Amino acid sequence: MVIQVGYFSLVLTFLVALYGAGAAAYGAIRRKTEFVESARHAMLLTWPLVTVSVLAIVWLLVSGDFQVRYVYSTTSNDMPIYLKVTALWGGQAGSLVFWSWLMAAFTSAASLRKWDRDRELLPWVVVVTMVNLAFFLSLSILFENPFARMWRTPDGSQVTAMFQPGGTMPLIPIDGRGLNPLLRHPGMIVHPPMQYLGFISFVIPYAFAIGALINGRIDDRWIRISRRWTLVAWLFLSLGLLLGSWWAYDVLGWGGYWGWDPVEVSALIPWLSATAFIHSVMIYEKRGMLKQWNMVLIILTYALVLFSTFLTRSGVLSSVHAFAESAIGPMFFGFIGVTFIASLILLIRRWGALRSESQLHSLLSREALLLLNNLLFIGILVVCVWGMLFPLISELATGQKVTVGPPYYERAIAPLGIGLMLIMGVAPLSTYGRASWKPLVRALLKPFAASLLVPLVLALRGITNLGALLGFWASALVALVTLYEFWRGAVARHRRHGEILPLALWRLAGRNRRRYGGYVIHLCAVLMALGIIGIEMYQTETQATLARGEQLTLGRYVIIYDSLAQFDDPGGRYVTRAVVSVYRDGKYVGEVYPRQDYYYAPEMTVTIPGVRSTLEDDLNVMLVGWEPIPTGGTTFRVILNPLVNFIWLGGLLFIFGTLVAAWPDRKS
Amino acid sequence: MHKTPPFLSILAVLLLVILLAPVPTAAQGNEPTDDEVNAIAKQLYCPVCENIPLDVCPTQACRQWRETIREKLAAGWSEEQIKQYFVEQYGASVLATPPAKGINLLVYILPPAAFLAGAFILLRTLRSWRQATIQAEPVVPVQPEDPYIARLEKELRRRDG
Amino acid sequence: MTQEIPAEAGSSQLPRRWGIFLVWFLVLGILGVLGFSLMRAHQGPIGIGDGVPDFILTTFDDEQIAIGDLRGQVVVINFWASWCTPCEHEAAIFEQAYQMYKDRGVVFLGVGYADTEREARAYLEKYGITYPNGPDLGTRISQAFRTHGVPETYIVDPDGHLADVRIGPYATLNEIINAVEGVLGY
Repeated sequence: MVIQVGYFSLVLTFLVALYGAGAAAYGAIRRKTEFVESARHAMLLTWPLVTVSVLAIVWLLVSGDFQVRYVYSTTSNDMPIYLKVTALWGGQAGSLVFWSWLMAAFTSAASLRKWDRDRELLPWVVVVTMVNLAFFLSLSILFENPFARMWRTPDGSQVTAMFQPGGTMPLIPIDGRGLNPLLRHPGMIVHPPMQYLGFISFVIPYAFAIGALINGRIDDRWIRISRRWTLVAWLFLSLGLLLGSWWAYDVLGWGGYWGWDPVEVSALIPWLSATAFIHSVMIYEKRGMLKQWNMVLIILTYALVLFSTFLTRSGVLSSVHAFAESAIGPMFFGFIGVTFIASLILLIRRWGALRSESQLHSLLSREALLLLNNLLFIGILVVCVWGMLFPLISELATGQKVTVGPPYYERAIAPLGIGLMLIMGVAPLSTYGRASWKPLVRALLKPFAASLLVPLVLALRGITNLGALLGFWASALVALVTLYEFWRGAVARHRRHGEILPLALWRLAGRNRRRYGGYVIHLCAVLMALGIIGIEMYQTETQATLARGEQLTLGRYVIIYDSLAQFDDPGGRYVTRAVVSVYRDGKYVGEVYPRQDYYYAPEMTVTIPGVRSTLEDDLNVMLVGWEPIPTGGTTFRVILNPLVNFIWLGGLLFIFGTLVAAWPDRKS
Repeated sequence: MHKTPPFLSILAVLLLVILLAPVPTAAQGNEPTDDEVNAIAKQLYCPVCENIPLDVCPTQACRQWRETIREKLAAGWSEEQIKQYFVEQYGASVLATPPAKGINLLVYILPPAAFLAGAFILLRTLRSWRQATIQAEPVVPVQPEDPYIARLEKELRRRDG
Repeated sequence: MTQEIPAEAGSSQLPRRWGIFLVWFLVLGILGVLGFSLMRAHQGPIGIGDGVPDFILTTFDDEQIAIGDLRGQVVVINFWASWCTPCEHEAAIFEQAYQMYKDRGVVFLGVGYADTEREARAYLEKYGITYPNGPDLGTRISQAFRTHGVPETYIVDPDGHLADVRIGPYATLNEIINAVEGVLGY
């Protein structure tokens, strides 16, 4: 019963979305407002309808109806209930419905706003969002049906079908295969929803942009509406990326937070173009320039969302993160092709109308520097897209597989990253419009001079790596310039209004939240840069086989292997757990417990490092292997990651900064 | 002032170079350490677990590959020889980046070329904008007493209003 | 993508037309790569009736066997690896099948995939395998056959066309016999 209700509600949503798209288009072309109103109601109806399907899947997952193939392949009896719920996004079929659900929620939220001023945009926004929603729903209905059940044919083979095929019997396994243990981690529970939210919420700015292109009302309404949506989408996507790297750092046991795996790169690329947009839209708002370029960036961002989703879900890329091979590929490819080509035709048709007056007084003005920032972000984007596409091209051209891995990305992106940091250090001090050397140099002088102290002190303390010194210097410059900006603004208010400094600071940020929120985000970039320099350039590791009581040294740390225990755990796993004492500079600082968990249900082993974490560094101890006899040797791998926690610290501050920037203005 | 004889400085530099030089890997006959094996394995990828570096891949196949590295090290092979051996045995996809020849050169040429093209276009565009702006209105040099405060106040006024 | 920065001020017609051409080239090019890669990913291994790709197997005994020289005989090509547990189950029955068919114009070849020489030799010795076996140098053979993993078995008819394929292991000797007889019966 639940199965039928869930499935039919999915089909119904699909029909409603199609109707909404059709009615909105008809109403817009024939100028019939009642059709547009009806389409808007259809749009509002989609979310409750998909909610029914989502609840049905969750019900099936929690109650453990293993005849349903999706339930069978993602859960097992021994999983706790919260994991059964999160299995909703633990596999292709469920996560597609989850994706549609989020998309319906976002589009409904977008349609709730006041539309009086955007009568002409609305119908096309409905068309674009509903076509996209209908497409993702059709994938669920036609190819990846989460409600499909397993049946046994008379000759003993099994089939998967929504409805009972003639002459078959229901096939009801007593237990499921269980969720991939790598996904049983708090980071993995929150990462996909954030990542999906980030991805799908770009459909709203995209829909506004396409709406403006179709009806030719290319004034600045669409960009004003898009801007905040983009910021929200950007927040979710950034959080998704951060949580994803935290998960990789914690669970994959590579001692790294980012491996330049094609799927990771594919999650990054829409973020790059969105970040470029967030910067270039400021030029538009301040100077009315670059309408064309902003339009390109918004469309590009959503196109990259589709591109990434296609690559990960169609089986073209193979990776630890990718979904298994799937039948949705051809249809998805068709949708991408139509979207790309239609967007491009629209863009070219309206290119002339999008022209805006461009004034540039100086190559040192804020707008010129922001464009330089765009060049660097797009440069990183090109590096990433090329790194993903080249193995595919090479395989097609020569039939031979190649790997384009971390060294490629690191070498290509490091200089661009340093360039971005430098611009981040200079641009906040530059002015829009007429800018000249003198005031910029005067403003820059103090923070610049102070920033030079940092590499100097570090060099004296024995750091000789030029790249690291350069990175630390650029970080110091950005930090000092940003703090200097806060200071100057607060002091100016203090002088003028006689406010005490903290209050002045608070009011200052409140008056121009986007600017100061942006500066907070720049400070996050500094914190993250510290973490990245630490782990990329100063990570050290060692591995050895120890007998009990033996020790292993890495830098200032010494670990001593105390004992090893093996036992069954109620979570359906067989745990091998070592006790290791950690000494730092000869002083005992605590114990860590590296583990290997063997999960019975999907027959997989997960390595969980024992971590001693401080702001200065993380000591990861991993259990690599052990001899069957308990007295035999046990192999440990010890990885020391200096400064890595600054990445996560920056991430926390980042949420704060984006919220400051995106918080809605009080209506005056 | 007392001057250090040059040969002493040279000696000091030489000593430093010797001290800082990487320890030669595994002389023949010695059992290579796990760290020496991992240092090479880190740079290789096996086709069984795609995109996971060999040093952390947990599969049996990768374990065997790491043992092969150990054997070759013990036999006195250099890092370059070992990587070459893996390429011959298992193809170029074991390397973290494709060898720079033939079509693979594109990997290294295209990103910088695209970036330079982008930079060129940006610079030309900015220049032509500036030319157009300057022609349209000759620059009147206005210098407010403190441009920053003026800007801040202007923005604050607009926000308040 | 970098090329899309608006070049409006220098808006002579020529650069604009070039820009449009370049953008179309990029977009259609990327779509083309995606499309062909998708086809390749969906293609699976080479199909029955297709010509079998040419390859030369260098055996562990340093013998060179070219598939092109084996025309007129039925060839059974088995991809395996020493680290592959299902391969072990079928290793012994393959040797039995070889003993049955070696005098009847059927050639057996084993191709070791992503394997290390020492373990591969130990595996061959452990299961007493005597038909020619060699490593898949550069993983070229498995890529030409577009295999997905091990074990996989391809049976080639005397004209050099693929006659039968098995993804995964054979469970019994009879299954192998049936497959080979099916091809011999042509």
